[in-house]
Amino acid sequence: MRTLIIRRFVTAIPLIVVVTGVTFVLESLVPGNTARAIIGASGSPAAYQRLRVQLGLNNPLWYQYWQYLDQLVHGSLGTSVFTGEPVSTLLNQRLPVTLSLVLLATAFCAVVGVLLGVISAVRGGVVGRAVEVLSLVGLALPGFWVAIILVAVFAVTLRIFPATGYVAPSASVSRWLWALTLPVIALGLAGVAGVAKQTRDSMKDVLAREYIRTLRACGIGWRSIVWKHALRNGSIPVVTVLGLVFVSALSSTVFVEAVFVLPGLGSMAVTATGEHDIPVIEGIALYFTVLVVIVNVLLDVVYGMLNPKVRRA
Amino acid sequence: MSEIAVVTRPSLPSTRFLRRAARKPLGVVSAAYLVLLTLACVLAPLIAPYGPLDEDLTHVQEGPGAAHLLGTDELGRDVLSRLLYGGQLTLLGVVECVAVLLIISLPVGLAAGYLGGWVDRAVNAVVDLLLSVPAIIVVLAVLAVFGSSMTAAMVTFGVLGSAGVIRVVRSAVLSVREELYVAAARVSGVSEPRIVARHVLPRIAGPVIVQASLFAAIALAIQTGLAFLSLGVAPPAPSWGGMVGEAASLIDQDGWLLVPSGGIIALTILAFGLIGDAVRDATVEGWSAASAGPAAPPAARTARRRSGSATAQALGTTETTDTTDIDGAVLAVRDLTVEFDGPSGPVTVVDGVSFTLRAGEVLGIVGESGCGKSVTALSLLQLLPPNGRISGGRVLFAGQNLTAMSEREISRLRGKSMAMVFQEPMVSLDPSFLVGAQVAEVVRRHDRVSRAAAKRRVLELFEQVRLPDPEGTARRYPHELSGGKAQRVCLALALAGRPSVLIADEPTTALDVSVQAEILDLLRQLRKETGMSIILVTHDWGVVADICDRALVMYAGQIVEQAGTKALFREPWHPYTLGLQDCNPQRWTADGDLPVIPGTVLPPASWPVSCRFRERCRFAASDCALAPIPLELGADDREVRCIHWHEVAPARSV
Repeated sequence: MRTLIIRRFVTAIPLIVVVTGVTFVLESLVPGNTARAIIGASGSPAAYQRLRVQLGLNNPLWYQYWQYLDQLVHGSLGTSVFTGEPVSTLLNQRLPVTLSLVLLATAFCAVVGVLLGVISAVRGGVVGRAVEVLSLVGLALPGFWVAIILVAVFAVTLRIFPATGYVAPSASVSRWLWALTLPVIALGLAGVAGVAKQTRDSMKDVLAREYIRTLRACGIGWRSIVWKHALRNGSIPVVTVLGLVFVSALSSTVFVEAVFVLPGLGSMAVTATGEHDIPVIEGIALYFTVLVVIVNVLLDVVYGMLNPKVRRA
Repeated sequence: MSEIAVVTRPSLPSTRFLRRAARKPLGVVSAAYLVLLTLACVLAPLIAPYGPLDEDLTHVQEGPGAAHLLGTDELGRDVLSRLLYGGQLTLLGVVECVAVLLIISLPVGLAAGYLGGWVDRAVNAVVDLLLSVPAIIVVLAVLAVFGSSMTAAMVTFGVLGSAGVIRVVRSAVLSVREELYVAAARVSGVSEPRIVARHVLPRIAGPVIVQASLFAAIALAIQTGLAFLSLGVAPPAPSWGGMVGEAASLIDQDGWLLVPSGGIIALTILAFGLIGDAVRDATVEGWSAASAGPAAPPAARTARRRSGSATAQALGTTETTDTTDIDGAVLAVRDLTVEFDGPSGPVTVVDGVSFTLRAGEVLGIVGESGCGKSVTALSLLQLLPPNGRISGGRVLFAGQNLTAMSEREISRLRGKSMAMVFQEPMVSLDPSFLVGAQVAEVVRRHDRVSRAAAKRRVLELFEQVRLPDPEGTARRYPHELSGGKAQRVCLALALAGRPSVLIADEPTTALDVSVQAEILDLLRQLRKETGMSIILVTHDWGVVADICDRALVMYAGQIVEQAGTKALFREPWHPYTLGLQDCNPQRWTADGDLPVIPGTVLPPASWPVSCRFRERCRFAASDCALAPIPLELGADDREVRCIHWHEVAPARSV
């Protein structure tokens, strides 16, 4: 188990090199190069050249990249072209917002999806059809549009939830949850159906197994069979889907944070794109990659916890 | 060469799925919608009622009307016209994205799957990397560099998305590559590129179309999302995402503008998704159609089934009294009939079975596979699979009729009055829980005791089933036990409720021979210690002789003979019993071939009304085919379902 986790992290190193490398190569491709972006079109050629030297842009690309990696190893992600602040400072300020959002969205999908999945596996009928419809809706409606509709209905018309803004959980947990309810639903809606379908399929599969019949023959109640034995055994593939939900919710923050004006990494990526602030985008790419790697490791740990054959191997 | 060329391509494959997909209404509607939409957008300059930028400040934010079918926006621009013009950019983005995706993934996936070796490994490594790259952020980086080039963004997204499709193409190619007709083509000298074009490409077309259309749906969501964020599109120019953005800024005044813009995005994404679903279903159907064998005409089956259940009605012949007051009876089964859902309606698989189980007795149920032994056993506790049900008869236990009970009522009896152990101990225990915890849950279900008391009782039970090292065993998972130990754990589960009847369905069949004897020994000891009655389902006459006091012989869903074990061995009355005993390997003498009963048990749907064993019976006469054969009561409470049984005993071969 431990070697598996370590191997996961080791294989993440080339991934980080590739992600930063790709964005680095992109950066070198003019026209929107960094010096020009800072100095603006009106800057004099002399000032432009000075800035290029200052930023090290006249060095060969591999050398610049090497310096970047060197900085990275020492914990620096460079400075924002636009604000001049260290990228890591900027990102760390915004990381909690995105993390709250994505983790809550994944939890939302897990709870609602598993609930719907179990009910439709056991009962079928109306819930089963609702899951089918929901999966079509979840597929068809883009997150940003759902987000606007939620704002229009629940924030503008009914005035139940705030339309925009973020409250740190350290300030008030209830207001934190309140502010994030609509964004979380917008992010999670697409994932709920996927989780529900997977739960339903694996529950149906498990409920037909011999050991379920054994438990029934021993007089174990239906509730324990469904929620304890079948769900425990059926949850292994569901965990995989939850991992995918996390990754796609992370990507969707780019759109959804913009709608709700949440100060997270996603909205920052959009702003940085408009400002040609490549070091910031590069930093966000790195953060997202590392988050995905961490989630994959966590998934491995959860697999181990759920499957004794892996844990005791 | 001509001989090899005979190995032809299977008839089903390749492009037939398109024809099957064309029969899926949702897929057809979606395809038609996309074609019309594309045409309308391409022809926007000809058919759009207004220009995309024509402002009319006298008609601002009007709802749908005759002049403006979908209304106007905040500058009085016609929404329909803007949707049509905006669709050009949106659909172009999707096409660019999917084109790049296919241009990369097809050749790379083909190369990886077809060439294998280091190419495959290298491709896999790159694919693994690409799959973990946060695609949307890289797309944003591209937009940051290339200003507002939507093309650059969509091309990048296509490149990053190709990783997943490369995988699909590769595995599809791998499965085709090894097929006989491909090998045959190669041997007969067809060039590799030709093989790929003629044989491989058509077969992977299905999965590729599925992937492409699903990816188109994602690309559309991304394209409109970027446009919504005003990335990649210059503002006055119309785009679907941009129109959602414009509408969003007006939500506190007017919600209507969100509907056409969001609606067309949702519909188009849905159409791509549904096409993908339709093609996938069609491809899957192709495969299952190919693997399924020829089906019997359904009409014949129905007819047979009807007559079969008529038999059930007609055969009430030996129906005794419905009381359980036979001396020391713990369980009485009367006229038990079970049916399963077949492809053409319900099929009777257990037909009017009646027997009585006395206290402390071991009753064997013997017969070949498919004779309804296990189904009879399962139905006693109503453990039939969802497609099976008890359609008639009674199971009388302690003055109650179990067949009339609800699931909740019978689940209170399970384990406590009657318990059951099954054939495959290794799959009969929940793999996710320690065996000790599983037994403890059952103990607490029956006894309602504390955790500590339950734990003590588990160890007691493990000792009772002669498990060495009870404490160590309790801390193991099922996969860490041998088959024999797992079966002992299953017995402990069954004994936890102190049942008066234990139903054992082929409890030793899946075990090693030496372990079989141990388990039978254990059953015999448990019967002695607890005084419980045992119903033992088996096909093994050795087991019957070893442990059973009495046995029922079942054939084709009916009891054909019932007698005490000794009598049954000394003098079988039914030809089937005789045949079964003759082909028992333990009776086989080295100087002859092992005798067998010719033929096999017919599937339940084709059981005849008259004698069901007739076609395999060496005593069969013309009168056997005339009518249902009743179960006859003979001396010593023996029963036999054969009109020629007097001829059987003298014909005994050994």
